[in-house]
Amino acid sequence: MGKSLISGFSGGVQVAKAEDGNDAGYLLLSPTLAVMALTLAAPLALLFLYSLTRTTGPVLEGGATLAQYAEVLGREGYRALFWRSLDISAVVTLATVALAYPMAYFVAFHAGRRKFLWLIALTIPFWTSYLLRVFAWKIILGYGGVINSALISIGLISAPLEFLLYNPFSVVVTLTHAWAAFAILPIYVSLEKIDRSLLEAATDLGDGPLRRFLRITLPLSMPGVIGAALLVFVPTTGDYVTPTLVGGPQGAMIANIISVQFDRVGNWPLGAALALASMAVVGVLAMLFVAAARAAAKAAR
Amino acid sequence: MSFLSVTRVIKRFGDVEAVKAVDLEVPRGAFFALLGPSGCGKTTLLRMIAGFEQPDDGVIAIDGVAMNGVPAHQRPTNMVFQSYAIFPHLNVFDNVAYGLRRDGLGKDALRARVEAMLATVRLEGMGARRADQLSGGQRQRVALARALVKQPKILLLDEPLGALDKRLREQMQVELRALQKSLGITFLLVTHDQEEALSMADHIAVMNGGRILQIASPRDLYERPNCREVADFIGEINFFHASVKEIAGDNVTCNAGLLGIVPVPRRAFGFAIAAGDHVLLALRPERITLSGGTVAGEIAAASFLGERSHYHARIAGRSEPVFVASSGPAPQGPVMLGWNPADVIALPFVE
Ligand SMILES: Nc1ncnc2c1ncn2[C@@H]1O[C@H](COP(=O)(O)OP(=O)(O)OP(=O)(O)O)[C@@H](O)[C@H]1O
Ligand SMILES: [Mg+2]
Repeated sequence: MGKSLISGFSGGVQVAKAEDGNDAGYLLLSPTLAVMALTLAAPLALLFLYSLTRTTGPVLEGGATLAQYAEVLGREGYRALFWRSLDISAVVTLATVALAYPMAYFVAFHAGRRKFLWLIALTIPFWTSYLLRVFAWKIILGYGGVINSALISIGLISAPLEFLLYNPFSVVVTLTHAWAAFAILPIYVSLEKIDRSLLEAATDLGDGPLRRFLRITLPLSMPGVIGAALLVFVPTTGDYVTPTLVGGPQGAMIANIISVQFDRVGNWPLGAALALASMAVVGVLAMLFVAAARAAAKAAR
Repeated sequence: MSFLSVTRVIKRFGDVEAVKAVDLEVPRGAFFALLGPSGCGKTTLLRMIAGFEQPDDGVIAIDGVAMNGVPAHQRPTNMVFQSYAIFPHLNVFDNVAYGLRRDGLGKDALRARVEAMLATVRLEGMGARRADQLSGGQRQRVALARALVKQPKILLLDEPLGALDKRLREQMQVELRALQKSLGITFLLVTHDQEEALSMADHIAVMNGGRILQIASPRDLYERPNCREVADFIGEINFFHASVKEIAGDNVTCNAGLLGIVPVPRRAFGFAIAAGDHVLLALRPERITLSGGTVAGEIAAASFLGERSHYHARIAGRSEPVFVASSGPAPQGPVMLGWNPADVIALPFVE
């Protein structure tokens, strides 16, 4: 069990499997399971009950209703917000993985003995808080920010560029930077695991560097890529801080409207329904993604 | 010009000179073995021939074409890796087909070639198996098929049988040998197992410390080693210090201390000698008889091994026992060790 747990971790997406008749694995997991039940399952169940409650009463008073779900599905505005959130985090995921892959590749294959140093160096920006990094981008992209004031002072523009901040673009830039390190690690691990003699065997059988990369390195690092993509896609879809700080009205995402329902509007049932709907959408998409990646890996022979 | 020729090739790793000015000539169609203890530079030499390492000096030529500067993926060699390096994401068929995909074969032609090769290595019908569904011996065959299907000019094998158990190893030795003879492809095998080299190869180069000590047929290597290291490395042997007493035409007499005056044919010496030279005389255990000889001794230990027995015979005044292998009846009491002068191996003495 210990072994499959570790490989499950390093593979990024594999899930720990219990061998036949090996209940010791579950026993080992039980503290984790207990914590998960308490902190994840219980609030989720509560959220579910809220989502079925009539807008004005205590939980489930007067029976369940699907009115909130009807509203979530029916209102054009919510659907648009869902699409935008998925759109933004799809772009963020693509950009993050595209940026992270070469970095992970470099560390795994060309960093020599300084691998460890490189890995630490790559995570240094992430020693500061997430909030600080988001603010940093606000300062870089803002009207009086680094880019605008630099361009003005050298006379290239006379008024600040407005498209830099408070739109989906700024959200994408900020999120991509914020999640880069999380994408590097799983990709690095899967590249590092590739037996170097496989690469030599491919070369020996006539592959130049590019063909070898496409036929061996890339397929064998797919678990890391899939893991990285999920690791970025799932949380960014529900991100709340970045769109709040650098998104503006055009850059708002689904989490913003959920927070508004709980907070300013005080409509907990609708907020709960929105939250669960977004979980379901992300869950289904993640599964579709994994299935598609598997099929692609099979077809790529 | 031989088929593979290695000329004064040197390879350094930092301060370590792993391969020291090696010369090697491998004839076309030969089964050639590089034999030597661990760390002697065999793999390094093989990897330079494959193109995975660049020599610091010297020339490697295959079929008359110098390979300096030719990248590994364009060399007419293929390799069977010690770890087999089976691609884990591909099944057996796709592993074997890997190197053919770009050769512009039609789908049917490719399938036919791969199937034929799978049959050659006795893996018919296994094409759909995944790499993790194979036994060690089957993985070995896949690695072999994958390299051979490319029809290389030279097949390089780095300890290909090292990971197999003894039974399977012996079976694969026979199969590899038969395969090489039927395909006629030049095999260059690296091994530290002298039995493996002796049983499979036509020619063996014995390496030690980055140098080649001797290149010869298995029989010559066993019967005519050219130095103490080779004699010691190939099989069991007994060494006796001696000095040349007299050279008279084809006959040389040596003073071998406890063994007394020993006649040795002049042709046993593959090197120049003069009277008074210190030399090393050596005898294989199976060439020593336990009776009818001239040297008195007694049996200190005996082990019965079925068709033959091994004995340690003690001679008064000599600390190491003399190792004797005999298929005759077990001796009772003292023995008189003897040998045929033609079986004496004479080696130069090096301090
Ligand atoms: N990449 C490398 N970097 C530094 N030293 C190396 C490298 N490869 C080999 N060596 C050194 O070169 C020498 C020869 O190594 P090589 O692998 O050729 O030995 P070998 O004869 O194949 O041994 P074995 O039977 O154990 O495989 C050894 O001393 C080894 O430590
Ligand atoms: Mg080796």
